[in-house]
Formats: sequence, C-alpha cells, structure tokens
Amino acid sequence: MMFDRIKEKLEILADAAKYDVSCSSSGSKRSNKNKGLGNSDGMGICHSYTQDGRCVSLLKILLTNHCIFDCAYCVTRQSNDIKRAAFKVQEVVDLTINFYRRNYIEGLFLSSGIFKDADFTMERLIRVAKKLRLEENFNGYIHLKSIPGASDELMREAGLYADRLSVNIEIPTVSGLKKLAPEKNHSDFIKPMNKVKNEIIQYNSEKKLIKSTPKYAPAGQSTQMIVGASGESDREIMLSANYYYKNYNMKRVYYSGYVPISNDPRLPSLGSQVPMLRENRLYQTDWLMRFYGFNVNELLNQQFPNLDVEIDPKLSWALRNQHQFPVDVNSAEKEMLLRIPGVGLKSAHKILQARRFRKLNYDHLKAIGVALNRARYFIICDSRGWETRDLGPAKIKSLILRNSIGKFRKDYSSQLSLF
Amino acid sequence: MKPTTCLIYDGTFKGLLTCVYTVFEEKILVNNILPPGTPQTEMFAENIEVLTDEGKAKRVWKGFIKYATQRGQNAVYYAYLSEIPKIELDILRYMQHTFNCKTSVDGDFTNTHVLKIAQTAKKVGREKHRMEAFVRFQLTKDNIYFSNIEPDFNVLPIIEKHFTSRYSDQQWIIYDLKRNFGLYYDLEKPKIIHINFSENSTLSEEKEHLFDTSEIEFQKLWKKYFEATTIKSRINTRLHKQHMPKRYWRYLSEKNPLHN
Repeated sequence: MMFDRIKEKLEILADAAKYDVSCSSSGSKRSNKNKGLGNSDGMGICHSYTQDGRCVSLLKILLTNHCIFDCAYCVTRQSNDIKRAAFKVQEVVDLTINFYRRNYIEGLFLSSGIFKDADFTMERLIRVAKKLRLEENFNGYIHLKSIPGASDELMREAGLYADRLSVNIEIPTVSGLKKLAPEKNHSDFIKPMNKVKNEIIQYNSEKKLIKSTPKYAPAGQSTQMIVGASGESDREIMLSANYYYKNYNMKRVYYSGYVPISNDPRLPSLGSQVPMLRENRLYQTDWLMRFYGFNVNELLNQQFPNLDVEIDPKLSWALRNQHQFPVDVNSAEKEMLLRIPGVGLKSAHKILQARRFRKLNYDHLKAIGVALNRARYFIICDSRGWETRDLGPAKIKSLILRNSIGKFRKDYSSQLSLF
Repeated sequence: MKPTTCLIYDGTFKGLLTCVYTVFEEKILVNNILPPGTPQTEMFAENIEVLTDEGKAKRVWKGFIKYATQRGQNAVYYAYLSEIPKIELDILRYMQHTFNCKTSVDGDFTNTHVLKIAQTAKKVGREKHRMEAFVRFQLTKDNIYFSNIEPDFNVLPIIEKHFTSRYSDQQWIIYDLKRNFGLYYDLEKPKIIHINFSENSTLSEEKEHLFDTSEIEFQKLWKKYFEATTIKSRINTRLHKQHMPKRYWRYLSEKNPLHN
C-alpha cells in the first residue's frame, strides 16, 4: 500500500464524512461461516470516541468528495473551494479489512459525493460492499448511503450486501429544501427509501416460507435531519421524523445540529453556536416516541410548537398533565410507570420485578436507580411523607431546577446567573 | 460473643461453590469468604480452609440452576469475576436466598445482596463490552495479532467467545498483564498461555523487531482517521473521557502521542 497517499486521502474523505451522525453498528446478525472474517451479533460496539464525545464504530468515509450538486448546507458542495480526492475501490477494501483485523472498527460506512450521476455513484458503492462480502468473506457491518435518484435495480442489489441503507433527508421541510438545495428534488430522496422499504417487506415475508432467502438490509434504513439550518420548529422536525418512522419503517432518524460551514446568507453565519442542547432535547423526544409510548402530539402540538430547553420533554409533559398524577408505583401499569419523570426504561423494569417481592418505598426506589429529585412530585409509594403539598407546575419546575444540576445549564441560565 | 467463621478458598469459581456446599453441609455461620493471600482484619475469626471439590461444586450449581434463571446464573458468575473484596459473601447470600425461596430471586432488587450482585454483574458486563471495543491488535512478524489488556475485572474468560467467533481466520493473543495470563488462538481454539516478558520489552527497538513493518503505518492511519473524524466546533472533553476513561488510553493507539 502507498501509505502516504492513502493517509492524505483518508484525511480529506474522513473529514468530509464526519457530518453524518449515524455510526450505529447494531441490529444486524451475521454469523461467521466457514472460518471467514468477522461476525455481527446484533449488538453494536463503539471502538473509540472522538474528542467531541461521539462514538466511532465504523470506518466512516466518502468514496469521493467530488460532487455535481451545490447544496448550501454541505461542505462538499461544488462551489466550495476545498481539496478533492477519491478512493479506489480496492483501497477502501484494504483499509476496512486491515482496520477490522486490528479490532479498530465494526465495519464500513461508505458514503459519497455524487459524480457523473446517481446510478454511476451508487454502482461504485455497491462494488466495494460486494467485494468485501464475496472476495474477502467479510461478515462485519456495512452501511451504504442510498444515493438520491438511484435506480430500483441498484437499490435492490445494494441491500443484498449492506446491513443498513440510509438517505439523508437533511432538511425537514420541503420548502426548506427548495431554498437550500434548489437542484435537488424531494421525490428523489423518497424513491430509494421506498424501494428499500418494499424490498425489506418482501424479503422478510419470503424468509418465512423459504429459510435460505438471503438477507436484505437486515439493520434496516435510517435518515438524518439537520437542525437549525432553515428555521423550522421542533414540532415540524418531530412530525417529519414521525412520518418517516411510520411510513418508511425507519430504524432511526438522526438529528444533527447544524455546524456552520459557510457564509451563505441563507444559513446561520460562521461562528454561530451549534444547537447542541436543542439536538439533545429532540433525541429525548425521539426516545419518548419510540420506547415510552408517547404520541408526538402529546409532546409537541400547536400550543407547544417548541420544546422547553430548561427541562426534559417528559417532565415538561408531566407538568402540563398534572391530572394524571400521582402514580402509585406499587400498582401502576408499565405504560404509566414509563410516564413518570425520573423513571427510565431500566428503572420501570426493575420496579415491575421488585414489587412482586414486597412493596417499594423511597429507599428502595433510590437504590434501584430512580431519579427521585424529579419523580418525588409525581408518585406515591410505601413511604410516609410523600409530596402532599398542592404545588403548581411552575413551583415544581423551579424546585426541580433548584435541586439539580444540568450539564447544559450554563447555556440558558441567564436568570440563574443573577444569584 | 459468638465466634465468627471465615472460609478460605483457592480463588476459583469451583472453590467458591465448594464453600457454599460446606456452609450448607456443616451449618456454619460464615461472616466472610476470602481468596488466598488476603490479609485478615478480624482478630477473633476462626479460619477454615476449604479444599475445592468438583463433585460438591457441581451439586451446588445443579441445585442453583434448578431455580435461577439464565440471567441470575450469569449475574453470579460475572459477580465472581469482579474480584471485588467480599463479593463472595454476597454470592453466598444470593444462593442461600434462592434455596430458601425455591425460586428465582434475580428480580428481588429490594434485597441488598440481590441488588449488589445485579449491580456488580452490570459493572463486569460493562468491562467485558469495553474490552471487546478497546482491544487493539498489533500484527507481529510471526503473523499473530497481539494485544495487551489490563481490565479492572477478570473478563478474559467471558470475552473469549466473542473474539473466537469474530477472528476465526487469524491467529491472535490477548494478554492480561494485570493477572498474568492470556489467550492464544491458533486457528483451532483458544488456549490459556503465560508469557514471561523480558524487563526491557518496552524498548522501542525491541518493538520494531517484534512487529510487522506495516503495523506502525496502520496505527498512524487509524490515528489520522480518528483525528479527522472529530468535529472541532463540538469538542466535549468531559463526554470523551466519560466514554473512554483515561486508564484505558495506554493501549489505544489513537490516543498515543508518539504516532504522528
């Protein structure tokens, strides 16, 4: 290998790929057959963490950062004056295998700028995946980007080698997309998404009849939206996310706080802060929708189009719906336990198990891991002295804020800093 | 004052199970179970040395798994691997609790021993996962992928399966420097090995002699990748250290300041 040249390319093409948030390597089972290389047992592994605290699970690179499009929010846009490079197919294969053998990574995440046209680019991406699977007997994880506008035949082939396919919707609203990426068509994003969704459904139903049916994108599809680039509300973002979860069976929707990269007047200017707190709140909402049984309209609606930055969305919901509390932790259904602020999935599960042995009190709940500083205002348990005062939402909120520390507090505490 | 009894076992899991057997058989009131070489703190304790007996250990385990769920069984074994002082006593109490209730108790989180075992097992599980992530193989001239580790808990026995099924077409060694034993996979199955490292094996000349010529290049590529993939405007050192505690950095080539 020409290490110097590879190093230079790696630097350029990893740098350009880093704005893709997804680095998940879970959800796909591929066992090692005939002493091949690698396996995926369905659990992802983060092999390292960048200095910004994000997981490094996959070798995440672009095949090339040459691109015929000029989307305002993208670093590799055609009009941007940056160094360009391109990997050869074999180079990507060699890098992946050598990194994998040293236990650096779970697999490959390959994306690309669009050169010539969509199909030409997609075909190259598939060639890398195919080579890894067929020639190198590689059972690690492969995530390929679906190139907007790629043909159905290519998308079918891609799913046979990749574990996950993703198209980044990037701008949550159609009008925002028109403004920031006028050459791109919303329907071009939807087309490969739809094809992959239908193929997954078809393969899964065939699998039930014929066991030898090959795997098709076993880790499903994901997408990503940029937050804070085109002035959309939290409600618009989450409604859009909900739409993709429901209609395209997305495994994940990622939210990426916009990192200013240009002086384009349509976008937040260089040097403006990355909206990390907002991003965090959106992820919390996403989790509430997927694992806690919340409907998006309960958390965000016309009266509350934006999330409260000071407190998490579940607490915010509970304060607006005080009539549903207090909940008796010793008798409530799982669905209701999950709605108590300060009780997570793990705690709810432990409560359900432990209360079969005896009634739970504050000490038990604390030992189990419930965040009592929030939960105490919303529960009844086997202790005397539960919260009996009739506190209003504003009072509870200020009590909780006063008795807790938040990692983002400095970002919004204009009021608190007076003290 | 009642005399207290302290059992001393050989440090193996079977030895610990033999202790459980002994406690039941002889109806002893135990207040501690210690591995060999632990300094004694209690002045008036009576020490009994328990000899590991495979038959007795098997009987205890067989009786235990009749009631315990898979999760409970794993939790007990993982807790044993933690090597945390006095965890043996919690394991004994957990098993006694199981035999008394004649049912699985792994959900009885209000029992302090059960909670302690569950939490310890969780810690060991986390360390296992970390080792599966943070092992960094280096290719030697003999074509063996070699890695040193110093895990907080004795997780080598439980990461064996992961590495064997993942790297079944390459020879590898994972060596626990803290506990001075390792696993060597010879393309057939993993074996336990002991290596005497010469004292100056950390010298760079010797390293160069040991490893394949391309090895250092791949480490540099990996480090370059690691740096390029960081988003500078989002640097969050606290989070970084939380996910990747500093004590692991020694063996992570991407955190090695020498490779530039």
